[in-house]
Amino acid sequence: MGKEEQFDTATQSVEASGYKVVGTRPIRPDGIEKVTGRANFGADCNLPGMLVGRIIRSPHAHARIVSINTDKALALAGVKAVVTSADFPEIGPKARGAGEAPVSFRDMSRNIMARDKALYDGHAVAAVAATTAAIADQAAALIEVEYEVLPHVLDAREAMKPDAPLLHDDLFTKGLDPKPETPSNVSQRFEFGIGDTAAGFAAADVIVEHDFTTQCVHQGYIETHACVANTTEDGMSTVWASSQGQFMVRNYSATVCGMDITKVRVMPAEIGGGFGGKTTVYLEPVAIMLSKKAGKPVKIVMNREDVFRATGPTSGGHAHAKIGAKKDGTITAGELTMEYEAGAFPGSPVQFGCMTGYAPYDIENVKAVGFDVVVNRPKVAAYRAPGAPVAAFAVESALDELAKKLGMDPIALREKNAATEGTQAAYGPKFQRIGYLETLQAAKNHPHYSAPLGPNQGRGVASGFWFNIGGESSAAMHVNEDGTVEVVTANPDIGGSRASMGIMAAEVLGIDVSQVKPLIADTASSAYSMLTGGSRVTFAVGKAVCEAADDVVVQLRERAAKVWDVDIEAVEWKDGAAINTKSDSGESLSLKAIANTAGKTGGPISGKANINATGAGPGFGTHICDIEVDPETGRSSVVRYTAIQDVGTAIHPSYVEGQLQGGAVQGIGWALNEEYIYDDKGCLQNGGFLDYRVPVASDLPMIDTVLVEVPNPGHRFGVRGVGEVPIIPPLAAVANAVAAAADVRMTDLPISPPKLLAAIDGAK
Amino acid sequence: MTQIQFSAPTSVDDAVRQLTDGGSAAKILAGGTDLLVQLRAGYARPTTIVDIKRIPELRQIKAENGGFRVGAAVAGAELSEHAEVKNSWPGVVEGLDLIGSTQIQGRASLGGNLCNASPAADSVPAMIAAAATCTIAGPGGQREANVEDIVTAPGQTSLGEGEFIVSFFLPARPPHSGDAYLRFIPRTEMDIAVVGAGVSLSLDDGGKCVAARLALGAVAPRPLLVEDGAKALIGTMVDDAALAKLSAAASAACNPIDDKRGTIEYRTKVAGVLARRAAEIALTRARAN
Repeated sequence: MGKEEQFDTATQSVEASGYKVVGTRPIRPDGIEKVTGRANFGADCNLPGMLVGRIIRSPHAHARIVSINTDKALALAGVKAVVTSADFPEIGPKARGAGEAPVSFRDMSRNIMARDKALYDGHAVAAVAATTAAIADQAAALIEVEYEVLPHVLDAREAMKPDAPLLHDDLFTKGLDPKPETPSNVSQRFEFGIGDTAAGFAAADVIVEHDFTTQCVHQGYIETHACVANTTEDGMSTVWASSQGQFMVRNYSATVCGMDITKVRVMPAEIGGGFGGKTTVYLEPVAIMLSKKAGKPVKIVMNREDVFRATGPTSGGHAHAKIGAKKDGTITAGELTMEYEAGAFPGSPVQFGCMTGYAPYDIENVKAVGFDVVVNRPKVAAYRAPGAPVAAFAVESALDELAKKLGMDPIALREKNAATEGTQAAYGPKFQRIGYLETLQAAKNHPHYSAPLGPNQGRGVASGFWFNIGGESSAAMHVNEDGTVEVVTANPDIGGSRASMGIMAAEVLGIDVSQVKPLIADTASSAYSMLTGGSRVTFAVGKAVCEAADDVVVQLRERAAKVWDVDIEAVEWKDGAAINTKSDSGESLSLKAIANTAGKTGGPISGKANINATGAGPGFGTHICDIEVDPETGRSSVVRYTAIQDVGTAIHPSYVEGQLQGGAVQGIGWALNEEYIYDDKGCLQNGGFLDYRVPVASDLPMIDTVLVEVPNPGHRFGVRGVGEVPIIPPLAAVANAVAAAADVRMTDLPISPPKLLAAIDGAK
Repeated sequence: MTQIQFSAPTSVDDAVRQLTDGGSAAKILAGGTDLLVQLRAGYARPTTIVDIKRIPELRQIKAENGGFRVGAAVAGAELSEHAEVKNSWPGVVEGLDLIGSTQIQGRASLGGNLCNASPAADSVPAMIAAAATCTIAGPGGQREANVEDIVTAPGQTSLGEGEFIVSFFLPARPPHSGDAYLRFIPRTEMDIAVVGAGVSLSLDDGGKCVAARLALGAVAPRPLLVEDGAKALIGTMVDDAALAKLSAAASAACNPIDDKRGTIEYRTKVAGVLARRAAEIALTRARAN
């Protein structure tokens, strides 16, 4: 399906839906600022007297910090402050965050500034602030850190061995019975399941079983982490930062620095990509502390190598999948065992992998076991559907093999076992109305699925599931004197959310979207809102926006009722105007007219909504991928790709399509070339975009998208989160296409040319 | 703080003098696509930078003795738009054109690509296959050298203190000649060659190969001229047997390293594949003119 056809489809659905603004494609409110380079990102803030901060990082994968001598650096002219872990409060193991997802502030503090040991190449050990970048660089080189280098471990299965180097001597595996008496690198064991898989496999006619390995990959956002902190004599700190949540930055920074939350005010900068990687802090507490010591504002900007060595990535690891089925394709049992690398501190997304792997299917017997394993790599951060892509790679690759063994079409196999409304998911809930089956039908009927293939080409299909979340959200809405409306929310706009908020506000108010101005407020100017993540903003913050608009509509009706001297019940709101139902002539007052005279009817008009949004609808996607393999070099080229997803209702279809395309591209990169490469000392070898190979534009065809719209009953417009699902299917879709093209099953990502060539030559 | 002396002379003699004055810590700036990156990353800390782009000879392309003289600082985009050079030496032009992005092509040059002395430089195997020579200016006057004799090891050249390359000479083409350069990268652009292969060959009127050269990049500490590759083709009709011999000779000549960009085994195998494919393209071109 071409772009224009899709546009028509979306337009038709708007007409059918009866919406006036929802489903249209206005230019995004922040578009001109961004394309003209005027938007302010993290590094764009400059203050008078501002100092330049630099972080000093460990060159060792695992080392005890014997001593840090900062004398020479401090003696250098122009150096205004140096900090080490000694400047930060020691945080106990029980400290947990309020408001956000549970985090260990002890670990966060020790990740931001190493305390006794450096746990990975790039771990921060000290920081300096100076009057110029050159002096800061010089000072950084003068800080003397004495290390005692320790043996390191990078791989989850290696780290689980009894004789593996131990990262933390106080880490005892949770989730084991009995509780272990000796520490290990396994922080937790998770298990989810239903039924009896042994009985399920006994009833199977065919069983497939494969072991999979994937590498640590980075989110690869273009904007590197950057912030400015200005700590003043009154103990207040104002922070300008690019992040996925200004309230998250406030809470985390204040806690790590031992400050009250009211002492920190965070101004949200525009964000140049996050993909989950900016849901935590690295620089802000350090900048606050340097600024406090120096008495001047401090800016810290990471370079690309810092970003690769010390932020992000998501877990690499291992997965073992075993699936049994009857001859007719009915799946009788599915098992999945996974070991994920958490990086230097606990917290890999392995539990989400366990929960999502089999979620698209209605299977009686499922067992998923996961191990969270610490290794000498950077602590993982969230990355788009955390944990799900690796689990789906294992399950969806195994399903492809199962279809082959059964002689079944891979979509037909999935249709036969697809979860639908009422299916009991192995991870807990019963699904409400979901659209997985609809994505499979759309895939089967798509011209791509029946298009002929050329020589050395193969086609793969894979699906994916993601929960999507709601959560605490706030919105305020101010009606201006001229009838325009400001929509104030407190979530950074990472995927076109200003546009979506504006559209939903305009739809509820019944006015043109050009009359609505979406704004993003700082932490002192808005009620709390959870960070931008979990595919929650258009759903949950959108709900708050709709309710704030309802609040405004009630007030507009009240004002009109006052003018007409009727009861408010007699005033209806339609197409942006109050209608007097008691008037024979159909008397009406537009929003603009009411706003113009607000001073005479009671003063300013503004609405708000502060909610904890529930009712998020899960998302499912199915991708079709065509790959051409060069059998002599092992190079894989994506020649055609179609991403199909149940998106609930697309508020702004262009940005929904963009999410599908972006997620697919990141998944393709994960499948084909992206990986962290370490030397034998555990130091990162490819901390830059030259050798950490994300796809470039010329590597890929236009990613076609199909928006399947099965409205989420939990949202008035039917919104489902859409941002995370599209990164889940590509890993297996690519591997399945390679299997079809080259007749080799690649179970080890990335499917880089040397690996694929070796497999092809090995199969000869 | 370190001071850098910067100059932009307009004559070869001035450039030689300033480079000589700068001694071993002097660096030559042409397009700057390597040097500026090295400066920012702190890998290069020169005390003198001599910009040679303003010397007229370094920016000219002219016909000479049936071939072409190309200034060492001519930008990739300029060479790519030169129809006559492209017609005679499409492989050389393609090699240079593969470097970087469109923006980089406005700056990147043959001289810079050679003197940066990366074993993976894309324009170098094509120039070696073309039997290109270069004119070098220095304190002792000017001298000529074969391109394959410039790079001695990663980051090192045979140029002496105060010496720099003024221009390259691409020789005249007999009828029925063709060249080609191919590189292997995992992406489609913005990458560094895992293996590069340049082939140039000439046929007689009957289609028999009378001259051939094969050069490889990224498979040894320096770009390689593979004599056995030429022997595999000369005197044959460049049939499948000859191409298989060429492929085997390419693989046999490899002495690569295992690194983040490729393994020894992989580079050795793919060198044979690319040599054959480059020869096939060169052959098609030779037969067409």
